[in-house]
Amino acid sequence: MNAVELSGATVAFGDRTVLAGVDLAIRDNEFIGVLGANGVGKTTLMRAILGLLPLQHGTIRVLGAPVARGNPAVGYMPQTRAALDHVRLTGWDFVASGAAGHHWGLPLLNRTTRRDVEWALERVAATDLAHRPLAETSGGERQRLLLAQALLGRPRLLLLDEPLISLDPHHQAVVVTLTRALQQELGIAVLFSAHELNPLLGALDRVLYLGHGQAALGTVDEVITGPVLSRLYGSDIDVVRVNGRIFVMSGGHDVERDAHQHDHHVHV
Amino acid sequence: MFTYDFMQHAFAAAGIVSVVSGLIGFFLVLRAQTFAGHALSHVGFAGATGAVLFGIPPLWGLITLTLCAGVGMGLLGERLYQRDVAIGIVLAMSLGLGLLFLNFFTAYATQATALLFGNILGIDDTTVWTLLALGIAAIAALAAIARPLLFASLQPELAEAKGVSLRLVSVLFLAITALGVAECAQIVGVLLVFALMVGPPAAAQRLTARFWPGILLSALLALAEAWLGLMLAYATDWPASFWITALSGAIYLLATMGMRSLR
Repeated sequence: MNAVELSGATVAFGDRTVLAGVDLAIRDNEFIGVLGANGVGKTTLMRAILGLLPLQHGTIRVLGAPVARGNPAVGYMPQTRAALDHVRLTGWDFVASGAAGHHWGLPLLNRTTRRDVEWALERVAATDLAHRPLAETSGGERQRLLLAQALLGRPRLLLLDEPLISLDPHHQAVVVTLTRALQQELGIAVLFSAHELNPLLGALDRVLYLGHGQAALGTVDEVITGPVLSRLYGSDIDVVRVNGRIFVMSGGHDVERDAHQHDHHVHV
Repeated sequence: MFTYDFMQHAFAAAGIVSVVSGLIGFFLVLRAQTFAGHALSHVGFAGATGAVLFGIPPLWGLITLTLCAGVGMGLLGERLYQRDVAIGIVLAMSLGLGLLFLNFFTAYATQATALLFGNILGIDDTTVWTLLALGIAAIAALAAIARPLLFASLQPELAEAKGVSLRLVSVLFLAITALGVAECAQIVGVLLVFALMVGPPAAAQRLTARFWPGILLSALLALAEAWLGLMLAYATDWPASFWITALSGAIYLLATMGMRSLR
């Protein structure tokens, strides 16, 4: 069974078309790196798979069923918001707020939900740090708590939106390794969006590269090539490999790094 | 002290209102919406003075206008997020409008002070019962939405993906806040609503990082500040609103400094 299946999917965000008639299929045990320039629509794609954005054309099927908002088999980790810096509740309460959090009534947890929260915290080795206020956790610790929250309900598809943002290289590697281990241990599909390909090399099965309303899905060797990326960026792209690292260049600039740091002209 | 009817009414009213304020305020602080709560109380001032003008009890004018403003702010939702300027302008306009209404009704100069700074010693039997009924309604409504409200406050995007209607939760919460603000204004006045709705929950969130101990402590602190303020007012003959705001500020400062020195 496929975890995600797009057929002729056209998705727009505001008046901008993010995907124009895209077909692709992601298997239920794949780790997919979702890449593309800043603002290319990685978040929009995830919101479409979550059923938060209506499709203009085509269909999306998630785990064999038509896309539906609130599907318990789909876990989601939104981009970290600055507002979380001021939350004084413990990591435990923060994670637990997502356990059946859509039901009405008081936020009381029964034994099953408590166990689910503990299970998720153990998976990301965050049981101890969950006793601290969220405001007093580091960037890497917070990402682990967010990951635990995404694991509640034991999803079979995990959508992670920019989990590496504002982390140093060491913590980036920790998050990538942890996610890969979880993905294999639980046998689930993961869509992991990032600005840069290099931190994900070695962990991912295939790459989903977005650009100009198009999407290219395949292995790194298939997708990260001059011709494919030139089509996605709409400009001449060179792919340079140095010591096992890959750089996507446009006229001498590192595109991924530039798009991350400031709005560059190849920004799509 | 309790031999006087007005003191009995004052203690009953302060007890009801402070607990309601402490509970609602906990979410208000958690959602960083305290300024919205402040603006609601100012809108209420126009409602209360307008009601006086039409011969309606001020409490009902206050509730009607704060409720309308609360629902309106909730519907605007995201567009109002961090719009301090827009909220500030509405706040000032409401206070100005309230002043105009007062101007038409010059006979009630003391009415202005009572509305702005509270008149807890002037609360009658009927008002106590009204406050109790409204308070129970507000707490019941808050209990009904607490779970999705907490989720939506901490992780709005995820809550939305899991099927929570952010707009519905926001509208309901601001409507509940409006009720709380209207109640609170009866005790400490529209200008000092912060003393009971923000001080105790902010102090509670400094003292504990757990949800349930936090929200219960918030209600308890509000209750303690309100009742202690009344006793001090009785002993000194200074205004109760002054004592309540002073206690609220002092407890917040102590909580902040106390927790810092522990580290």
